[in-house]
Amino acid sequence: MKESPAPETAVTAPPAPVRAKTPSRPADRIFASSTVVAGVLILVALASVALFLIAQSIPALIADPAELPTPSTSFWEYVAPLAFGTVWAAVLALIIALPLSLGIALFISHYAPRKVAQTLGYIIDLLAAVPSVVFGLWGIKVFAPFVQPFYEWLVDNLGWIPLFAAPVSGTGRTILTVAIVLAVMVVPIITAVCREVFLQTPVLHEEAALALGATRWEMIRMTVLPFGMPGIISATMLGLGRALGETLVVAMVLSPALVINFVLTGSANPPTIAGNIALNFPEAHGIGVNALIATGLILFIITLLVNLAARVFINRRKAFSGAN
Amino acid sequence: MTTNTQGIVNSLTTARLPRWVPWALLAGSWIVFAIVFGILAANTGGSYNIVAVVFFGTVLFDVLLVTISYLVEGSRRAKDRLVTSLVTTAFVVALLPLVSLLFTVVVEGSKRFDVAFFTQSMRNVVGAGTEEFPGGALHAVVGTVEITGIATLISVPIGLLAAIYLVEYGRGHLARSITFFVDVMTGIPSIVAGLFAFALFALIFDDPGIRFGFGGAIALTLLMIPTVVRSSEEMLKLVPNELREASLALGVPKWLTILKVVIPTSIAGITTGVTLAIARIIGETAPLLIIAGFTASMNYDPFNGRMMALPLFVYTQYANPGTDVQPYLDRAWAAALTLILIVMALNLLARLIAKIFSPKLGR
Repeated sequence: MKESPAPETAVTAPPAPVRAKTPSRPADRIFASSTVVAGVLILVALASVALFLIAQSIPALIADPAELPTPSTSFWEYVAPLAFGTVWAAVLALIIALPLSLGIALFISHYAPRKVAQTLGYIIDLLAAVPSVVFGLWGIKVFAPFVQPFYEWLVDNLGWIPLFAAPVSGTGRTILTVAIVLAVMVVPIITAVCREVFLQTPVLHEEAALALGATRWEMIRMTVLPFGMPGIISATMLGLGRALGETLVVAMVLSPALVINFVLTGSANPPTIAGNIALNFPEAHGIGVNALIATGLILFIITLLVNLAARVFINRRKAFSGAN
Repeated sequence: MTTNTQGIVNSLTTARLPRWVPWALLAGSWIVFAIVFGILAANTGGSYNIVAVVFFGTVLFDVLLVTISYLVEGSRRAKDRLVTSLVTTAFVVALLPLVSLLFTVVVEGSKRFDVAFFTQSMRNVVGAGTEEFPGGALHAVVGTVEITGIATLISVPIGLLAAIYLVEYGRGHLARSITFFVDVMTGIPSIVAGLFAFALFALIFDDPGIRFGFGGAIALTLLMIPTVVRSSEEMLKLVPNELREASLALGVPKWLTILKVVIPTSIAGITTGVTLAIARIIGETAPLLIIAGFTASMNYDPFNGRMMALPLFVYTQYANPGTDVQPYLDRAWAAALTLILIVMALNLLARLIAKIFSPKLGR
């Protein structure tokens, strides 16, 4: 850059550096502090969720375990099948949803023609827009009767695997059905995040791989998947969080029993925390209400941990993606 | 085929399948299973299952294509074709439940999707009701509008102001922790939000059986705020800094700059975000089940008494039917159809707003 002579003349006669002080405007301060208040209010709300849940849970934790809705020797014995069912159903849902979502995300980002890719994305997003109660109604009236014959076949032919131990459920309202419906509900969430991450893969990496003779799949395995790995992990956790907390589908589709088992196709299924609350809260009274809130607190803590982990992964990813 | 035996495959010279082969295979596999299931349905007298035809036909297609490709084109191409067909299958598989769900809801829901459904409540309706009063969801529609409206009125100002803080003012620990915890809040299970509202109001009013509409609105607010904050924040960040600087340089105070320059520029995006947030919470059932309760009667007062909402109407019609189940199920499907129509309309509205009112940047 050349220096023009004009500044020099300006420098020779420097004006006294008088800086007008920004006038202190009350409106400015009021507006700024109201935004701070709104921000802090959100933090307060989250903290108070924890506080009020704890406050209402304490009576159930210190009460005589015999007074709990199902008499137990301790509160933890009461919670154990619920917590197990919650995690088991969510993990099953993820096992189904993860490969499916990765496929859909890759299809939209790297396989579908550019022109229709966005429309296809909208269609998948439509799945996320369907209210969970409608999924529940569809699950019990359409999907459970549809899959029941398959379960019969599985139990008849693969009954020696403990997962498909006899007897088969006559209604199809098993934990596997719930997991499949939950999978349909978390697919759009995982897909949305993965799609974004896959699209951010540096184009030069992809072109380099293709130029070296890689097929499309080899290009994806060498460039897209390694680049998107943190995104895939965090998307999985977000999906897990959603599946853990889903209520209505479980409440409507699952036929629960207070058991802990891994059988996928039987009629005695472990209940989930959220489904149990939805089924029993309207009729609960006395210490039963507190016990249900206490299970809700445990659900809150589980989902909070899962979401915290997801966010830590996402944030770590941001840190290095800036380098590209 | 001959090059395969030498171990090194030159993909430029090896045989390639003609372009029409995959399509012909796909059509062929579907037809095979259409015939197989047709015979099955004719023999057993069961209904014809089009979903199963598409599903098993697609699986057969995948197997055939990979085998043929492996024989003709070698293992690398075959693997590529395998993944291509798997990825496409994944997309089709995800579409099946969506299509089946929409189809069922429209078919079953249209049976009771009539005038009476939107002009009557369920008060004194038993079973199919009478010819004149078949029962409807007016009380649920009113409840949904009031509860969602209140939730929107509370969460939009708070969410928007918080987003303004994050974009225009926020520096340091407070801003970072708000961003982080808003993200975490997105993952709160809806039933926990309902339990929170219940725990809060049960303590405040000292009433262990409290149920009222406003409590439901508070629970929904908790679910709506993070979505509003995230979307508004993204939109405010898109406003070019030059606009802010130009306004500030003209001596406009910062708060007026935000109100008169930044927000009008991004208002289309913010409205889109708010509409999508409403679409998200309008279908929430679990929190309302906990704190708003359910009733068969009209209730216009969100601060007093139980209040019905559409998603909850679906649930109770399904879960507590009388001796004659069918009329209750018909009402449940009709309410489900109403809900889906509302959510789709809101989504469409959001996209329209984003498309029509977004500022045209002169580039």
